[in-house]
Amino acid sequence: MKRTFTCIVCPNGCEIDAEYEGTNVLSVTGNLCPKGKTYVTQELVDPRRTIATSVRVTGGALPLASVRLTAAVPKARIFDVMREINQKTLDAPVHIGDVVISDILGLGSDVIVTKNVEKA
Amino acid sequence: MTHRQAVIIGGGPAGLAAALRLREKGVSDILILEREQRLGGILRQCIHDGFGLTRFGESLSGPEYAQRFIDRVQQEGIECITDCTVLDITPDKVVTAVGRSCGLLQIRADAVLLTMGCRERTRGALATPGTRPAGVYTAGVAQNYINLQNIMVGREVVILGSGDIGLIMARRLTLEGAHVLGVYEVQPYPSGLPRNIEQCLNDYGIPLHLSHTVVDIRGRERLSSVVVAQCDERFRPIPSTEQEIPCDTLILSVGLIPENELSLAAGVELDARTRGAFVDEHHQTGVPGIFAAGNVLHVHDLVDFVSLEAEQLADSAAEYLLSGSLPECGLEVKAGQDVGHVIPQRISGTRDFTLSLRVRRPLQNVSVVVRQGGREVLRRKMRKALPAEMIQLPIKAEKLTADADMEVCVE
Repeated sequence: MKRTFTCIVCPNGCEIDAEYEGTNVLSVTGNLCPKGKTYVTQELVDPRRTIATSVRVTGGALPLASVRLTAAVPKARIFDVMREINQKTLDAPVHIGDVVISDILGLGSDVIVTKNVEKA
Repeated sequence: MTHRQAVIIGGGPAGLAAALRLREKGVSDILILEREQRLGGILRQCIHDGFGLTRFGESLSGPEYAQRFIDRVQQEGIECITDCTVLDITPDKVVTAVGRSCGLLQIRADAVLLTMGCRERTRGALATPGTRPAGVYTAGVAQNYINLQNIMVGREVVILGSGDIGLIMARRLTLEGAHVLGVYEVQPYPSGLPRNIEQCLNDYGIPLHLSHTVVDIRGRERLSSVVVAQCDERFRPIPSTEQEIPCDTLILSVGLIPENELSLAAGVELDARTRGAFVDEHHQTGVPGIFAAGNVLHVHDLVDFVSLEAEQLADSAAEYLLSGSLPECGLEVKAGQDVGHVIPQRISGTRDFTLSLRVRRPLQNVSVVVRQGGREVLRRKMRKALPAEMIQLPIKAEKLTADADMEVCVE
């Protein structure tokens, strides 16, 4: 099988032509670095993505603190992850790196705060 | 009137990076003026990750990337006035500003650093026909509402333009429960980065319609539908291809324009291609002591390169402040075949510099060729070159002569 992938690992966005059988990658061309091959393999076996969103903050100088995942989660679970994060509310102050949810849905990824929100 | 060595207009990524480098280079008297209540510029609302890969080797969100610079600015004790709007800059570098806490300020500066960033093109710039209902936003405004103010902008969304912010917002709106019906792009190729097409549209099954535009906006109080049509190669809608799409929200991601009203007041001449200042290799504008870098100079794809450019600016501005002058830049850099624009537009021919350019159209298996007086200075082969991706080439002084203009073209 042949397929062209757009690598999303870095802003280079390499177009990678891959030949594969099932989940076994036979050859890749067009990638500027080895991460491209890892990406293609991962896409075939278990495509994963990170997401960023925000969580409400009570008593803060801002109404929201932005959050992100520390590791990619299976693509098919993104909306489950969003639902889980949306149930959270934080109390100010919060700081960059604070863990909002650890090991979300047992997927091996933490939800961390990415913006400092001091008390109002 | 007070006096300062360096006044920096705008506390976004360019201004912050420039301030820190100025301080490193021994400039003690620095003032940052920021219009918003907080430092960080547009990064405050860019909560997605992917920032800092070049600079820090990790994928950060916008607020995290900005905070790394803000923390250092504060550690260094660099003075910042927020909630303070600059009203005027004169050619002899008198800055007038007004703010809630600072009142009216008049500052005579030895150097002024223009780091105001850019603004979005609006519906007015497109002259799209139709009514004027609620529900039509630029992508950055929608991003501000959702990510900073916790206000959802709509449910059934059409996006016009495939700029990166529009693509990022397509994903963001989908995650927040909206239904993004499609992205329509007038050009035959996307204007955003390929990775954003992949991870923001393809991942969520959002269709991208190239060579299409919005030809009518309908609705009384709230948007009720838009009419899209296919376009020919000269971007003219093709009759009988119109299709009405019911929706309550139209997001415009149709380009960014450097914000240069203050630059014009200071007598800085602008380049019609970049819509930013003409600068030399020191990032100095045509007005001595006034410098520009970042999105106010030319719109960048990546903040990492904004920071880098601002630091290069600061190296030169520090030299200007500490030694009193910079080498003359008498040679012109011209944009040749298939090159949309170049930065800088003038060089000395005696120093290293970074050449930035964009190609005019998508190209494959080409070379970017830099020549001086017909002599080849540098040739970079590229498998693909896209207008969406800025190309930056470091040019070494030993390859240059000080007596011939430079031409950059794609062959």
